[in-house]
Amino acid sequence: MKNKNREQSLSDSRELDGSYDPLTDSEEDDFELSTVCHRPESMDKLQEQTKFTKKELQVLYRGFKNECPSGVVNEDNFKNIYSQFFPQGDSSMYAHFLFEAFDSDKNGSVSFEDFVFGLSIILRGTVNDRLNWAFNLYDLNKDGCITKEEMLDIMKSIYDMMGKYTYPTMQDDAPREHVESFFQKMDRNKDGVVTIEEFIESCKKDENIMQSMQLFDNVI
Amino acid sequence: MATGVEAWLPFARAAAIGWMPVASCPMPVAPRDNCRRQDELIVLNVSGRRFQTWRTTLDRYPDTLLGSSEKDFFYNEEAKEYFFDRDPDAFRSILNFYRTGKLHYPRHECISAYDEELIFFGIIPEIIGDCCYEEYKDRKRENMERLQDDQEENKDLKLPNMNFRETMWRAFENPHTSTMALVFYYVTGFFIAISVITNVVETVPCGLTATQKDMPCGERYTVAFFCMDTACVMIFTVEYLLRLFAAPSRYRFMRSVMSIIDVVAILPYYIGLVMTNNEDVSGAFVTLRVFRVFRIFKFSRHSQGLRILGYTLKSCASELGFLLFSLTMAIIIFATVMFYAEKGSSSSKFTSIPASFWYTIVTMTTLGYGDMVPKTIAGKIFGSICSLSGVLVIALPVPVIVSNFSRIYHQNQRADKRRAQKKARLARIHLAKSGSANAFLLSKHNGLLSNLLELTSAEADGQKLAKPSSLYESQHHHLLHCLEKTTAHEFVDEQLYEQSCLEAMLQSFPARKPSVSSHEDAATSCCGRRTRRNTPLTHAGSNQHSPLRELSAIHIQCGDRTSHAPSRSNLNLKPTDDLGRIHCKSGRITTAIVSLPTASSLTHDADKLRGPPGRRPPPSSGQPGGGSIQTTTSSANIVKVSAL
Repeated sequence: MKNKNREQSLSDSRELDGSYDPLTDSEEDDFELSTVCHRPESMDKLQEQTKFTKKELQVLYRGFKNECPSGVVNEDNFKNIYSQFFPQGDSSMYAHFLFEAFDSDKNGSVSFEDFVFGLSIILRGTVNDRLNWAFNLYDLNKDGCITKEEMLDIMKSIYDMMGKYTYPTMQDDAPREHVESFFQKMDRNKDGVVTIEEFIESCKKDENIMQSMQLFDNVI
Repeated sequence: MATGVEAWLPFARAAAIGWMPVASCPMPVAPRDNCRRQDELIVLNVSGRRFQTWRTTLDRYPDTLLGSSEKDFFYNEEAKEYFFDRDPDAFRSILNFYRTGKLHYPRHECISAYDEELIFFGIIPEIIGDCCYEEYKDRKRENMERLQDDQEENKDLKLPNMNFRETMWRAFENPHTSTMALVFYYVTGFFIAISVITNVVETVPCGLTATQKDMPCGERYTVAFFCMDTACVMIFTVEYLLRLFAAPSRYRFMRSVMSIIDVVAILPYYIGLVMTNNEDVSGAFVTLRVFRVFRIFKFSRHSQGLRILGYTLKSCASELGFLLFSLTMAIIIFATVMFYAEKGSSSSKFTSIPASFWYTIVTMTTLGYGDMVPKTIAGKIFGSICSLSGVLVIALPVPVIVSNFSRIYHQNQRADKRRAQKKARLARIHLAKSGSANAFLLSKHNGLLSNLLELTSAEADGQKLAKPSSLYESQHHHLLHCLEKTTAHEFVDEQLYEQSCLEAMLQSFPARKPSVSSHEDAATSCCGRRTRRNTPLTHAGSNQHSPLRELSAIHIQCGDRTSHAPSRSNLNLKPTDDLGRIHCKSGRITTAIVSLPTASSLTHDADKLRGPPGRRPPPSSGQPGGGSIQTTTSSANIVKVSAL
């Protein structure tokens, strides 16, 4: 990956000869951070790795690059973009979880590859892939199982997106109740956590969920 | 939904996968995108320069011209592009707005041209990015001020019907409007000067008198000075009363600064008149005389510069206030310090803090009279600090005031220059307008003549007396002609009008012709007629019974009524009513009227035409229907006349 991270190179040079001029270098530092730019891999490679056609990749990249000219999205930008779609509520928490899910290499920014890989799984993947991805989203600490607290966080973030003005009026314990029913459905062995197998199994058994998974076939 | 993030909607929809397993009820059906249009490149041809962009880029802002279906009006089928006949340079920034979401204002562009472009493309200027917004606002404000100046000058225009009061007010406000005003202006100025000089000379010691005392002139020549004062005050009083009478809004006038100055200038005199008897208050009376010096402010009516100065001071009120405040602070601080520093020394002039104020002020303004000087070392140190800081404190707000003054002054200069330019411009405009009006009258005359010639001779040979050159002109003239017909009056040039006015005064009105009703009928139908392309006159000439006509009917009738206004086409014969009515039923309009002449009448008419326009053709009454002569009043081009 051609990652021209000048910040990296600068710190290397500093270590090499120990000549660190705090007066000038610190200014450069600030400057450099803002000009980090990222170039994705070639379209052919991306085409191999994802299930999008060339045209789709083009459209996706153009939209991506337009909003983030530097080639990467950081979390604030991401939250900003996502909040444009939910004007009434507060989508920042959910966007944060999404960001974590998309940022596969955990470097604090979502590059185009991350973006496209994630989209490819959701939009062009098999049902299993999708469910896996969803599980990954819910599992905040990535330990392989969803606890009630994690689920509660997720649920709260989803309900936050609704905002204040809903019908019927939002009760404070609505997320909690929803989590309870979720665990009722998903937690087979009633051990208080949902593992990936339980999750996939329960989802496959649920008609509604299976049907809603079909929605993603025609998004792009 | 916000613009620009449309491209991320698929992502947002994909992210909804996080909700699916959690949802307890089924999801709604997704909308199907049946017309899956691939994103295509659109070509925008702006005055020859081709811009290309994706369709989705333009669709980002659907409430602008390029983003909505409004651009279809500009679509060029053959070239498969959108053509705009606008400035390509300005278009660059507009297209960039679609691409980046930020509108920038190019500095070299004229502000009003840019504004026009924005309005054309349906973009509101408030979304100009922060980087360019200040510049844009500044330029816009400058332009507004300029336009305002222009508007204010328009008030100078003489309204046609001004009564005496308004004329007087205008004379007072703008001395250049008439000679009387100018005379009045100079007279009052002279008397103001006299009054001020009198006040000054009154106090000069005039030489020794018998009592060996040096008396001021005022006391020596009391009567003379009193007479002078009386004269001046009388003039000022008269002026004030006249202004009060002429003012459009007396209440507002009385509240204005200038009138208050006037009142203050003349009041002491009257108070003095009333109070001369009472010896006790004569002391107070003397102080009232001080107010006489306010007469010098009356000069501000006469001097533009003084007014500008006053206006500047008013507009810099905040800076002046700041200056005053900071000076006060510094004075108090330094006075206190100096007082305590000099407390020790004996025979010090710094007896109290207020006494030190005087020292501080004199030092800070670098005056240094020397009547109070510090003697102790501490005093001298603080004194020097005081004088140094004084320079700074005073120097800071002054440039702001100066720049304000300069801006207002230059604005005024610009206004004067523009006034001069405007005169020239108005003259040119007037010339152009009269040229166009003359062209219309000329073409009418020519059209008439050539029409007659056509009818007399079989083919129209090259006697097309100076046909109007373009379709535009002929259509324009036709329009004016229709207006004439509508209002049943005619355009004439100025001399004819004045002549006719004279004639009207000398001659009696002709007897009114009957058949007003048909006139009205025809008039309404004329106005209510639908427009349609008409055939050329030669065509119409051939089928003379065809329903082309007859606005001339009305015309002639009205011509009779107003026949004291001689016009070239007033061949005062009228057709019968039924003829008029028949033709009115038809749907076609032309302004060309075909006549069914009898030979004799025609030559008669032609003779009349060739005669001097001033000659009033004799009215004739009641012709038999068939042989009625209609005059041809055609608009410009005989061949092609298009309907309104």
